[in-house]
Amino acid sequence: MTPDEARTVVTDILGRIAPGEDLTDVEPDADLRDEIDLDSLDFLGMVEAIKERTGVDVPEEDYPKVRTLAGVAAYLATHA
Amino acid sequence: MTAVADFRMPSLGADMDEGTLVEWLVAPGDEVRRGQVVAVVDTAKAAIEVEVFADGVVQELLVEPGTTVAVGTPLARLSGGDATVDAPPAPEVTAPPQVKVEPGVTAPPKPPPVSPVVRHLAHQAGVDLAAVAGTGPHGEVRRQDVARAAKNPVVSPVRGGHVPASPRARRRALELGVELADVRGTGPDSVVTVLDVERAAAASQPATRAESTAPVDKKQAMRDAIGALMARSKREIPHYYLRNTVDLTRALAWLTERNAARGVGDRLVPAALLLKAAALAARQVPQVNGSYVDDAFRPADHVHLGVAVSLRGGGLVAPAIHDADQLGLDALMAALKDVVARARSGRLRASQMSDPTLTVTNLGERGVEEVQGVIYPPQVALVGFGTVVERPWVADGTLGVHPVVVATLAADHRVTDGHTGGRFLAAVDALLQDPGRLDSEGEPE
Repeated sequence: MTPDEARTVVTDILGRIAPGEDLTDVEPDADLRDEIDLDSLDFLGMVEAIKERTGVDVPEEDYPKVRTLAGVAAYLATHA
Repeated sequence: MTAVADFRMPSLGADMDEGTLVEWLVAPGDEVRRGQVVAVVDTAKAAIEVEVFADGVVQELLVEPGTTVAVGTPLARLSGGDATVDAPPAPEVTAPPQVKVEPGVTAPPKPPPVSPVVRHLAHQAGVDLAAVAGTGPHGEVRRQDVARAAKNPVVSPVRGGHVPASPRARRRALELGVELADVRGTGPDSVVTVLDVERAAAASQPATRAESTAPVDKKQAMRDAIGALMARSKREIPHYYLRNTVDLTRALAWLTERNAARGVGDRLVPAALLLKAAALAARQVPQVNGSYVDDAFRPADHVHLGVAVSLRGGGLVAPAIHDADQLGLDALMAALKDVVARARSGRLRASQMSDPTLTVTNLGERGVEEVQGVIYPPQVALVGFGTVVERPWVADGTLGVHPVVVATLAADHRVTDGHTGGRFLAAVDALLQDPGRLDSEGEPE
């Protein structure tokens, strides 16, 4: 998956989890939990949706790598 | 012999005096089964799906959609089946058989990609979401879109103004891309029902737009409701507050190991452990679990754990996870996902709203280390968990860095004193040191 494709997948997923939030303003390197107010269930929902959409099962030990928009995109670009 | 009974406006929390019947999902002659959602009721906080509490047949609908009536007012007459079909009239009354989270339902319902706040705003402003052009990144309708639509209504040439329709019908219309203005309502007073929308979608009529201006601030209504209840709590309940720092090293290690072996859909979050510990501790210290009504404490014989859920865009609801002490961690996790998803998509069930016996707030999701809560009347205690943080900690004479959480208890001095409250927090601590035990289905005492 190219970084661009990955970013599209991620913004689409986050748009469903945090409807009404403006994702265009999100800093690529900022913690999503702060930027769009994700709690632990939202975050788990994002990881679940990533698995559904891309087949990539992000293990818990990799959670720190997918805390930011840029981080998720990079992770998917490598793993998907 | 056939029993006849009234189905009444339920009390969906201590802060509710009246409710508005939004939609009937049944008609006279329909057979209903216990636990079936038969109506949608709007409160200051949210639209709630209301279940019937016994099998029977609908004889007569007594209240028309759009009508606001006091709690306890008969809404419909039912016959057959068991003698009573009342929803629980008040939280303090021993609850009739409840609908639990269905076993096997692990995935919460997928909410449509419109936030509850936006949906509420649109509903209150009479804006048809299906007719609003969303400016979100994927065409999602955002708050500003609704505000714009409310200010600049595109009035239908056929039928100006607000199209009377239930939230479910509006939601369905949004899902199906149906313009409500084009739908002939067959409900009472020509209200558009879900069936009408589906029929219209099947006929795939062309679309015209209709919206209207009726700006009512739903967020303010929720703020007012929360404010009134909390003011009552602070006025009537002599609170005392306790805190205890709990070492989570064992609990989180156990959780990490368990989650490592599981796919993402089956993983637990730390909150599930904290909730289970609170539920089991409530069984060990029953003086914090129940309600204070008519100058007396009534201990509950079950643990229906209220979970404070913050809503996107502001506001708070605290639906209950029934018999949380009896649920294994997987079932508790599923129930937690379910109530949170329902709370945030505005699809809570009446049985989830009416009867928590003890509430937990988990403000620790982001940021705060400690929360000193305000008790939800008529409950007698509120448990708080802060953020899990790493701190210097001495264990077995050795200083190290441990993950810890501050557990707090706000409790009612009319019922307990600090000694009993302290026993509760000590029980929570002890349970979290033995995480394997949290997963047992709640062995009898």
